[in-house]
This record gives sequence, structure tokens and C-alpha cells, in this order.
Amino acid sequence: MDIKFSAEDLAFRDEVRDFFAREYDSAIVAKLGSSAGTDYKEGIVAWQKKLYAKGWIAPGWPKEYGGTGWSTTQKFIYETERGLAGIPDVVPFGLKMVAPVIYTFGSEEQKARFLPRILESEDWWCQGYSEPGAGSDLAALNTSADYAGDNYIVNGRKIWTTFAQYADWIFCLVRTSKGMRKQEGISFLLIDMKTPGITVKPIVTIDGKHSLNEVLFEDVKVPTENLIGEQDKGWTYAKALLAHERTGMAEVADSTRMLDSLKLRARVEVNGGKAMIEDPIFQMRLSDIEMELMALEYTELRVFASMAAGGMPGPESSLLKIKGTEISQAIHELQLQLASYYGGALPDNLDADELGHNFAFEARGKYMYGRAATIYGGSNEVQRNVIAKAVLGL
Amino acid sequence: MNFDFTEEQIMIKDSVSRFVRDEYDFDTRRKIVESEEGISREYWSMFAELGWLSVPFAEEYGGFGGTVEDIAAVMEELGKGIVVEPYASTVVVFGGLLSASDNSALKAELIPSVIDGSCMGSLASTEAQSRYEMTDVATTATACDGGFKINGTKTVVANGGTADKFIVTARHSGGQFDRAGINLFLVDASAPGVEVKSYKMMDGQRAATVTFNDVLVNESQLLNTAGEGMDLIDQVMPQILMGLSAEALGIMSTLNSTTVEYTKVRQQFDTPISSFQVLQHRMVDNFMACEQTKSMLYRALCQAGEDDSAALLKTVHALKATVARYGKLIGEEAIQIHGGIGMTDELNIGHYVKRLMMINVSFGDGDFHQKKFNQLSYSA
Repeated sequence: MDIKFSAEDLAFRDEVRDFFAREYDSAIVAKLGSSAGTDYKEGIVAWQKKLYAKGWIAPGWPKEYGGTGWSTTQKFIYETERGLAGIPDVVPFGLKMVAPVIYTFGSEEQKARFLPRILESEDWWCQGYSEPGAGSDLAALNTSADYAGDNYIVNGRKIWTTFAQYADWIFCLVRTSKGMRKQEGISFLLIDMKTPGITVKPIVTIDGKHSLNEVLFEDVKVPTENLIGEQDKGWTYAKALLAHERTGMAEVADSTRMLDSLKLRARVEVNGGKAMIEDPIFQMRLSDIEMELMALEYTELRVFASMAAGGMPGPESSLLKIKGTEISQAIHELQLQLASYYGGALPDNLDADELGHNFAFEARGKYMYGRAATIYGGSNEVQRNVIAKAVLGL
Repeated sequence: MNFDFTEEQIMIKDSVSRFVRDEYDFDTRRKIVESEEGISREYWSMFAELGWLSVPFAEEYGGFGGTVEDIAAVMEELGKGIVVEPYASTVVVFGGLLSASDNSALKAELIPSVIDGSCMGSLASTEAQSRYEMTDVATTATACDGGFKINGTKTVVANGGTADKFIVTARHSGGQFDRAGINLFLVDASAPGVEVKSYKMMDGQRAATVTFNDVLVNESQLLNTAGEGMDLIDQVMPQILMGLSAEALGIMSTLNSTTVEYTKVRQQFDTPISSFQVLQHRMVDNFMACEQTKSMLYRALCQAGEDDSAALLKTVHALKATVARYGKLIGEEAIQIHGGIGMTDELNIGHYVKRLMMINVSFGDGDFHQKKFNQLSYSA
């Protein structure tokens, strides 16, 4: 057993590190760190355009559509370096969610129309899956699309739509037929957000911020050419996409970086004049997390090693999402514990430095929004159902 | 990068696994546990013939020249059968210390007899007050004509009753808790002044209180550079912890699979209890606990193959703490999910759990190792 990389892979790692160090500059960092929403959009788009120019925007895509042609090892190295550098992932809805559906199940015309603009970050996409009555039970969705000659007429409500306020396009699961098994009769539609009849309503989350939305559809006309694949087969496409998504959800590198910064912070924050990191109980809480992360790092490596060897990921891959999110939440919790009373202050008319604990706003925000990690992408309870069935055979 | 066992390792794993499956069913084990000596010498000879006792020893002494990975491969499979023969205490601990020693005359004399099965050995280090602290040694080695005299009492010495030889920690100089001044002596169980009182442990294994009354030893029986016995122990400890953790992993995976299978056949409320979501989720948590433990073991094994002993030390502390935490979880869950039948002595479940409990307290429990981990990680 070993975790050695080849000389070529190490050279690649250096190239990635070097690129990140050079190109992820302070202008982008400032925009991404800003609490104003449009700054975030400008910052991430600027970063994605740099990745596009470098040819690294879509490592997961097949090379013929604009992918990098990297080996599994190179993709793994790239993701690890990204996380360790504290660089946010690309906005997934276009690049990682709808694009694989388009290049796998879409028509040639759809590929030509949508893929280049996704690669160039010209179109911002959002995901129209969840509905008020369809969360973990996604197939219970109710938004209807009635076939009417050249168009579908869409009516219904989508909810928890991240960044719909910036989106040019939304990909939706809609109901085109009724009266059969609920997974059947669902279709996959691409909808232009500028179409009349679409309303985006903001949802402010418990971190006080606006990234989620409700999207209402009232007699929205969608050209039939925007249907992916066959009518009523949308569930199959969406499921294939979920399998595509499943690996790489442990975010070990991101958690490693967060934990490192938490440890540094715990040397500065004091109680009774003594650094928090010297407190034996705090140390126990810290090592509870650190040890779990050390193990998860190797769980991720095990999954990656079997994929790199050309095999399918083993049963251990199924725990990546659950453990990964539990760990990141635990880090957020400890970060907030460190922020203590100061962490309750809101930034409306208060400067972080003035507070004396300049990480406190972020600690509160990350903790509050971080609660979502065990809810989205298939709640951790649903993930447990999946493992019970697929791995334990229950 | 790879996490596969080598062909050789798979062969030896398969050989142990076949033995456990074909020759070591639970009734057989129970008879061995209840026998006079509490182990089967017949099986021990078989282990020798199959080469298992030679695994970690250098080829120059007739060994297989294996690494800690090979030890882990064997220990995991032994764990699946909760095998009571003293592989850990003789081959991994006693054999490990012997291998790491510079006393080549002693090694040349003893290692072949461990490999051929004629010598069982054990580390006699724990004292009534010492708990997990290896440096807490009240047993003394006083210089005398021709060598040293050992005086003191060692308690709960693993497989002390069947051991032919002991490696004894005895203090030559310094205070009771000092790291310096400890010597490791090889002492024959039949030497004058050695008294052994053997007893049963809850995991089906045996231990003994070993008393040393003016036991005469000389320089040729010393394993370490004088006074630096702790260096030798520290050198071997990662390997011991990895070996025991591998055994624990074998037990944990067995408990999990046995429990999952049981829920599929146990009917209540007219349905298999495996259909209950509350039990499904708990079994998923147990599955994840086992996988995470395996990952931590693999982390340690990978680092053992590198030259970063500081990183390895941190990891083995984390490993032992993880084994403690998740071993407890999986053990308690196995009993709970089995229900009343899990409480019975007749069923194997409780016996697997008790072995896990004893592994937990061997060479430091979870809290002990987590504190060590904290010291290495967070102290300025």
C-alpha cells in the first residue's frame, strides 16, 4: 500500500499550484469575499473565464466537448489543490449538472447551442428540481408541461433554486404525463429565464443572505426543441446525472483547509488569558473532527484509487457525502464556538475589525448556511436509505 | 497509489481465512477456551507449519521478512474468528521487540524457536499501578555479581500462563516515572524466582500475574542499550497498535455483517426487522464506522512504509482512538440490534464484543491515545 504519485503527476500538481497562485488574484478574492450579491457573481465569472482561457474549466467533460482529457489522477490532484488553496468550486449548475445531461442525452443542435456558452460562462444556469411538495421525494413533482404543438405550456412552482436571481437558463424536471408510476411521465426541459410568465422570488436564509429563490411558472411557453431526449424519460436522465455527481462530494481538501485555519484561530482566541487551543476540552473537540477527517481523506483516496485503476468505486464511496458534510458542519460548529458571544453580532453597521474578532461574521454565516449541506444533494437521511439498500442489501 | 494487498499477502490472508472458516468455528473455539491451557497447541503447531509465525521476522533468522502490512493481513483474519492462540502477544509484541533489538546473539537463539512454534513469549510490563503508562515501572533491576537481580510484580500479562519466555521491563535507575533507566530483559518462565499465576480474561484469552523474586539475569539477556528500553518499546509500539487495530477491524466487520444478516431473518410485526428504517440507518452508521476505521488503518500502513515517523505516530494514536470509539459503537449496536439473543453467552456476538473491549484497553484506551494525539498536534 502506498499513496505515491508518479513524477508526471507531481509535475502536474506543481503546474496547478503555480497557476492557482498566479491567477487567483486579490481582485477576485475581494469580489468573492464581498457580501454584496452581484460582486460574487462578477468574481466567480471572472475566475471561471480565467479557467476557460487556460482550458481547465471542465475537467469532468469528455475531451471532444471541451474537457481537459485528464486522467483520474490528474482530476483528483486538481480538485485537491483547489480545495487546499481555498478556491471555490465552479458554479455547478451549468458545468457539472446540465452539461453532462446535454452532451449525453441532448441533440447535436442542443449541444452546439448550449455547451460552448456554458464553457465560456456566458450563460448562468440554475436547477429547477425541488418543489414545495417534492423535496427528498423528488419524483412527486407537480409542475406541469402540457404539449401544445410547437410548445410546452409550463405551470407550477420550483423552490430552493440557488442563484436563480442571476440565471439566464433553468433546467427543469416537469410532469408531461400522469396516471402511471410517478417516476414515469417526467420530462427534462431547458427554459429561458426571460420567457414571459416566469417570476423569481427571493428566499432569505437563516444566515441573513439571499442565494435561494422560488421560481414561479405561469403559462410559460417553452419551445419543444428545448426538450432533452424523449418526452416522459426525464427521470432516467436526471438519475444518470446524480450518479455522475456522486463522487467528489467529500470535499476533504476544503475541510482540511478550514480546519487548519480553525487551529490557527484557536491559538489567537483566548479565555482567561489562555489560548483556546490549550484548553483540554477544546482539544478533544478538535481532535474528534481531525481524526475523522484523517480517516475520510483515506476513504476518498481508496475510492479514487479504485477508479484510477479503471474499476468502479466500491461501497465506501457511498459514505463520502454523509461523512464529508458531517465533518464540514462540525468544523463550522467549532468555529462558531470559538466566535462565542461575538459571533452573534450582525454586520449591518458594524465593521468586523471593530468587533475584535474579524472572523466572527463569517463563522456565524458559515454555520447557519452550512446546515444546508446535510439537506441538499439528497438529504443525509436519503443517503442512508440508499446505502441501506444498495450496499447492505436491506 | 494503491490500496491492494500484494499477491503474497492475499495468499496468507486466504490461508488464515480458510482456517477460521473450516477449522475454527465457534464451538471449537469454546472448547479451546474451556480447556486446561486455554489455547490449542495443535493449532499453534499448524500456524508454525503454515508459516504464519514467521511473518514479521527477518529472513536471516528463517523468517518471511514481512512488514507490518503482512502482520495486519494476518491479524484482521484472526480477528474474524476471535482466535485465542497467542499470535498478538507472541509474534507481534514479543517477536516485535525481539526483532527490533540489537542483541544479535539472543535473536539468533530465540527467533527460530518462535518461528517453529516451540517458544511462546509475552511482554511483562503492566504493573498494578501503571495502567497505560509504559514508563511507570516500579519493578527493579539491581546490579549484582554477574548481572542484575529483578524484583517486582507484573499483572495481567497476556498469555502469561503459557509463555516460555518473558520480556520484562525493569528499572535500573531513575524514579518510578522516569523514561530513562528502564531495561528490557529476557527471562525464562522457569527461571528460579519467577512465579506465574494464570487466570481467565473476559475475552476468552488468559493472562497472568508474574512475580519476580531476586531473579538473576545477565547482560546477555538485555534487549536494549542499557537504560534505554523505552526507545525500543516506542520503536515497536506503532506496529503493535496497527496489529491490534487490524484484529479489531476484522471483529468489527464480522459484527456488522452478522448483524445485517440477522435482521434479514428475524421477523417481528410480521416483517423482517431489516425493513425498519430506524435500524437501517443505524446499520449504515455502523458500516460507515467500519469503513472509516479501515481507512485510518490503511493511512497508518501507508505511512509505515514512508520515512515520516512523526506523521506515523500521530496516525497510530488516531487509529487506536478510532478503534476505541467505533469498536464500542459497533459492539453495542450489535448487541442491541440482536435484542435478547444478543445477551446470551451461547451466541458468538457477545464474545466478539468482549474481545473488542479488551483490544480497546490493550496498550492504551481511546482517551489515552487521543490525549497523546492532542499533545502532538496542538501543543505549541
